[in-house]
Amino acid sequence: MFEQLFPNVQIDDMITATNETLFMTFFSVLGTFIFGLLLGLLLYLTGPGGIWQNKVANWITAAFVNVFRAIPFIILILLLFPFTDFLVGTIRGPSAALPALIIGGAPFYARLVEIALKEVDKGVIEAAKAMGAKYRTIIFKVLLPESTPALISGLTVTAIALISYTAVAGVIGAGGLGDFAYFYGFQRNSFDVVFVCTVLIVIIVFIFQFIGDFASRKLDKR
Amino acid sequence: MISIKGLSKVFRTKDQDVHAVSDLEATIDSGEIFGVIGYSGAGKSTFIRLLNRLEDPSGGTINIDDREISSLSKGDLRLARQDMGMIFQHFNLLWSRTVEDNIAFPLEIAGVPKEERKHRVDELVELVGLGGRGASYPSQLSGGQKQRVGIARALANRPKVLLCDEATSALDPETTDSILDLLVDINAKLGLTIVLITHEMHVIRKICHRVAVMEDGKIVEEGDVLDVFLRPKQKVTKRFVDQVMGDPDRESSLSLIKEEYPLGEVAQFHFVGERTHQALISEVSRKFQVDVNVLHGKITQTQKGAYGTLIVHLEGEKEEIERALTYVRETSVEVEVAFDV
Repeated sequence: MFEQLFPNVQIDDMITATNETLFMTFFSVLGTFIFGLLLGLLLYLTGPGGIWQNKVANWITAAFVNVFRAIPFIILILLLFPFTDFLVGTIRGPSAALPALIIGGAPFYARLVEIALKEVDKGVIEAAKAMGAKYRTIIFKVLLPESTPALISGLTVTAIALISYTAVAGVIGAGGLGDFAYFYGFQRNSFDVVFVCTVLIVIIVFIFQFIGDFASRKLDKR
Repeated sequence: MISIKGLSKVFRTKDQDVHAVSDLEATIDSGEIFGVIGYSGAGKSTFIRLLNRLEDPSGGTINIDDREISSLSKGDLRLARQDMGMIFQHFNLLWSRTVEDNIAFPLEIAGVPKEERKHRVDELVELVGLGGRGASYPSQLSGGQKQRVGIARALANRPKVLLCDEATSALDPETTDSILDLLVDINAKLGLTIVLITHEMHVIRKICHRVAVMEDGKIVEEGDVLDVFLRPKQKVTKRFVDQVMGDPDRESSLSLIKEEYPLGEVAQFHFVGERTHQALISEVSRKFQVDVNVLHGKITQTQKGAYGTLIVHLEGEKEEIERALTYVRETSVEVEVAFDV
């Protein structure tokens, strides 16, 4: 039945491609989370009314974020080829996609982090100051815990954008389901392969969405 | 305990300088409940935030417990703040933490070890009457309970001063009273100095020992709550006193009373902190051959005893009435007989 409907689909190859996509997604989400959180914190803390209010630092961070968000992802990959080569030692394969994915994803997530932090009640920050809290305490014990649900739903949105980026990266040699759909499906006229790749990607997206929504809801005690 | 000299705060905006607090002087004694009342924009909120330097003063000095708050370095200020508790109009609890963890937060900041923290939190939960709710999240509590958590949190590091920033303004009247009772209780039990700001005279009347009235960034009137109630000098103070003793028809009711009771004597009894002769009316009619008829009035309780005015009609022999009035005059109750209508 399956072989009749999808004559060109090789299960082994599909599993390899799925694994590559999952690998790229997982590590790019991790990297994006770390760098995006740092950038977002920097944007918020140096911004107007922030505890490290600083026009210059804020301007530089914002400029970095805006520039990298403005570059279309496919061009960003090409632009980063020398950097990737230097960092990873190759420009092919799932690992080589990570620098571009993270540099593309982190600024996007940084803006979502900034929005999440702005939602934290100013009164609570003030209360912590009135208790004699250090900046570090305010960041780690007030700002981040109080914005966790928004940070997680932001990360979910970012992760889904990253899954779609991995497919784009695939087309220029990163591997994964995007790569597979393009080279083995589209170029060989095997549309059953394209279809199965699509279904697999959609399933991955749904799983991430589900996990994100669940975690965000669980942690929200408001 | 707290002495404030020449305190001022200017907010510079594009168009103009706003003098939120200007050249303010005040002394607050140890263990007293000091109330600051004023309408919004009077500068009272800025004033209380200057006390723990949530706002940095533009000029003047604040001395709390022999510590010059206004000139502390950042690190010392943090330590000084741990000796001052603060509660807020909107409670400002961390919604991501349980009641217990909220109360533990200032202890974490002060670096109290875990075991001791737990012990202290249990104590505080009991003190503010939240036994059994320790594991709840703030969103599961009512406004009054949230403020109790706020109070417990403010008391965690055994501060010497408690600052209350409109602490009851977001609560309904009944809850307000229970929170005020708690504050009085804490003040008595722990000997804590409490500075509170409010726009409700009711709050001042109920718990404060001394009151300062603020207008345009300055204290325009200050004194014992009873004195201020009895002899308000400023217009703004009179308006606040009317909030609780409000009596707009007094003039017209007085003339009616005079017409209604041409015989005997109509007198006004002013209660100013009377404690011993609370049952004065029945005392008078028992001791003397007079009938006392209460015509009009309002008595309210303050931290220093009963306060208010009763208009009474005394019926009986003229000399007997005189003797009764003389007796009343010997208490702290002031008597006015031939009052103008």
